[in-house]
Order: sequence, then structure tokens, then C-alpha cells
Amino acid sequence: MIELQKVNKSFGEKQVLFDVDAVFHKGKTNLVIGASGGGKSVMLKCMVGLVTPESGKILYDNRDFLQLDYQDVRAIRREIGMLFQGTALFDSLNVEDNVGFPLRMFSPMSEEERRERVNFCLKRVNLENSNNKYPSELSGGMKKRVGIARAIALDIKYLFCDEPNSGLDPITSRVIDDLLHDITHEFNITTIINSHDMKTVYDIGENIIFMHQGRAFWEGSKEEIAVARKELPELDHFIHASFIE
Amino acid sequence: MRIVYDLGKYMLFMRNMFSKPERFSVYVRRTLDEMTSIGVGSLPIVAIISFFVGAVTTVQTAYQLVSSLIAPSVIGTVVSDSTFLELAPTITCLVLAGKVGSHIASEIGTMKVSEQVDALEVMGINSIGYLALPKIIAGLIMIPVLIIMANFLSISGGIIAGKYSGILTPTEFIIGARDTFKAYTVFISMTKAVTFAFLITSISSFEGYYTSGGALEVGESSTRAVVRSCVAILVFDFLIAKVLL
Ligand SMILES: Nc1ncnc2c1ncn2[C@@H]1O[C@H](COP(=O)(O)OP(=O)(O)OP(=O)(O)O)[C@@H](O)[C@H]1O
Ligand SMILES: [Mg+2]
Repeated sequence: MIELQKVNKSFGEKQVLFDVDAVFHKGKTNLVIGASGGGKSVMLKCMVGLVTPESGKILYDNRDFLQLDYQDVRAIRREIGMLFQGTALFDSLNVEDNVGFPLRMFSPMSEEERRERVNFCLKRVNLENSNNKYPSELSGGMKKRVGIARAIALDIKYLFCDEPNSGLDPITSRVIDDLLHDITHEFNITTIINSHDMKTVYDIGENIIFMHQGRAFWEGSKEEIAVARKELPELDHFIHASFIE
Repeated sequence: MRIVYDLGKYMLFMRNMFSKPERFSVYVRRTLDEMTSIGVGSLPIVAIISFFVGAVTTVQTAYQLVSSLIAPSVIGTVVSDSTFLELAPTITCLVLAGKVGSHIASEIGTMKVSEQVDALEVMGINSIGYLALPKIIAGLIMIPVLIIMANFLSISGGIIAGKYSGILTPTEFIIGARDTFKAYTVFISMTKAVTFAFLITSISSFEGYYTSGGALEVGESSTRAVVRSCVAILVFDFLIAKVLL
């Protein structure tokens, strides 16, 4: 479980996050939705430590990420996997080495064990027989799969995904969404997914956080959305704009 | 003002590189890769340039020293001294600033704008150390080797040009070169090589690392890396000459 308490972040004069409080549950897909510029990516970056907030707490199972010393932060980072919006695969490494990269850096595995683990992860994301391809030779959907495989290579507890289905066709999007959902339950991890796709919410959302103008505006399950949107015009507007109703 | 700011940022960059290192074996592998890229990759261009610089210097020195009072072997002296002191280290490194420098800056810059650097950071890897340190060490090893080769080829170029344009015989050239040869000259040549190697690799890594934006900015950083490396080389060329000669 990850908990955010009163997180504030500004870039220069411009404040982007305002006292954000949110809880991300273990074993569930936690979806962060909201309009462009609402601060979803910045919140994610704060959580993984790419951006440092001015104030607030980020608790990883009660360990305050912002207060820990370097070694402890590093320990938490071993438990984090992240799927980047543009996948951020290493161009100079092939699929196998990309997925094996965290293992090579951080685990004492032998060459043999590492290959086994890499193949297990690639099989899990249904991407076999592409071990020797380079990222430039893969389609968008395949890159996302490799990104997911790399994220889960170490035994992670927390999985972050920034817009996992941006740039994908509806069918491939659904496949990636389902994959993230299944992995979350299979490994019992805390998964946080940034999305502005309401379809993802209805397909796999279990805990929904609606961000609006830098605030965590609403949090609840997808069943509760139908009720909540009647009271929150901002949420209603966002959902309404997502569908041809 | 800008230059002071950038200089400070560069110092911090260098300091961060050495803080929080990874496992030693990680660097060894990366350094070997970089040595191949910098060393072997630059061999042809360095060979061609140093050979011709030696040949041209010989022909032009002969043109300037046309007098029956001067023994032809003096040309050998002048060419070999200027090769060791200036032509081989400085001209070669200015060319390497263009070749190696732009390569380093665009490689790291591309990794930066495509979030690959963020991916390293999220994994808990000190990205500055991981990316820049192997390049700097590889440069410190390989560029002096290239300069030794450049010294050798440049003098060979001089000997060959001298012979085939009937300026002086190889024997005269070598007698002239030996005549005033001092080990100190070679020491200065190597001091320059090591200094320039450090400047090229560190400045280019720095410029690449602080790229933000997209493909256009990667190109800009790469150009800036070359320009700044060249200026730094010339400044230090002067300083070394002033202090050591
Ligand atoms: N590094 C930065 N420097 C300055 N401002 C930034 C930076 N990163 C983000 N911002 C600003 O923060 C605000 C929120 O951006 P963010 O990327 O979090 O939006 P988002 O909700 O992820 O949008 P999208 O759905 O388009 O990805 C934007 O107004 C953006 O301009
Ligand atoms: Mg975003």
C-alpha cells in the first residue's frame, strides 16, 4: 500500500500539486484519471522519486520515502517497477538484455538463472521468440510488453504505469490493460496506472483517483463513480467527454 | 553570468558522478565497451589526419626555411617537435571533440529525452556515474593511445613527404628529429592528451545529460558539446604550454 499525505509540488511559480492525499491499495489496480495537465504524471514522478515535492509524505507500507537515507531509498527502488509512457527501453540493448538489465545490476543470479527469469517474464507478457530483437524493431504494443517484462523482472511490490495504452489501437490497449490487471493479482502488487481513458477504468479499474487541477478530487471504486458524478460536475464533465453518450 | 552558472553545474555533475557508485564489475564491462567505441571507432580518422598533418608540415616548413645555410635535417627537428608539442595532441583532440564528443552528447542526450535516464534513476542507479564515468575512463585510456599513434604517423607522414618531394632523405629527417629530442616533449604531449581526453568526455557527457526536450535539443546539445570541448581544449592547450614550457 502506498499513501500520499498532503503532497505539494511547484515548478517555479507554478504550483502543480495541491495537498494531494491518496491511498493506493495492495493487490489492486489503482487508476489515476483526469484531464491533461491535471498533474497525474507529476504525482507519479513524485512517488518514484524522479521529482521531489516541497512538502508532504509518501508512505510505502509506512516507510516515508522522502525521509529515508540513500540506502533505504535504494532498497525501496528495488521493489518498484515502472512502465514509462514512451517505454524507455534501452536502445542499445536487445529485448533479452533489456529485461535482464535490472537482474544484472541488482541480483546475484548466475547467467543461467538470469536467462530463465528473463524468459519467464517474457512468457508472462506473451512475447516469445523476440529475445534478440532491438527496440527499434518492435511495434508499440510489443515495446509495452517488453517494458512490463522489464518492470517485473525483479520481485517487485509496486508497479507504476504512465499511460500504458497511449498510442495503441483499442484491441492492443485492451490486451495491455488485461495484462496489467492479471499481473497485479497474480503477484499481489500495488499497481498505479495513469490514464485518461475511461474505457480502462471500466475494464480494469478497482480503485479510482480522479485528479483535477492538481488536486486529488475524488477517490472510490468504479461502482461508486455513477453516484459520484451526479454530485461532482468536474468528474461528470470528464466522464461525459470520454464517451459518445 | 551564464558561464559561471554552467561551470558550477559542471562541478556538481562531476561530484555526483563519484558519489553513490555501483558495483565495480558494472563499470568494467561498460568501460570496455566504451573503449572499443572511442578507440577503435576513431582509429581511421586519426590515422588519416595525423599522417597528412605531418606531410603538410614538412612541405611547408621546407618552404619557409629555404636557404642554403640551413641543413635539411633542421626540417626534421621542427616537424617532430611541433608534432609532439602541438600538432598530434591538439589537432587530433580537436577532431576527436567533433567525433567522440558529438557521439557521447547525442547518445546520452537521446537517453535523456526518451526517459531512459529516468528509467535508470527509478531502478536506483546513479545515472550520471553509470553513463558518464565509463566514457571518461575509456577516454582517459584510449585517447592517449590514439595520440601516441598520431605522433608516430605524423612523423611517418613527414618522412614520406620529405622523401618523395625531394626535400630531405629519411636519414636526414631522423637525424634532425633525434638531434633535439627530449623526453620532456613527449611528457608534454601525453599531459595534453590526458587533459584533453578528460575535457572532451566530461564536457560532452555533461552537455548530453542536461538535454531536455526532444530530437532538436539533442542536436543542439551535441553541437554545444563540440564547441565547448574545442574551446576548453584550446584554453588548456595554452595553459599547459605556459606552465610546463
Ligand atoms: N518539469 C516540469 N517543469 C515545469 N512544469 C512542469 C514540469 N512537469 C510538468 N509540469 C507542469 O505540470 C502540470 C501537470 O503536468 P502533468 O504532466 O502532470 O499532467 P498530466 O496530468 O500527466 O497530463 P497528461 O494527461 O497530458 O499526461 C502541467 O501544467 C505542466 O506544464
Ligand atoms: Mg502525463
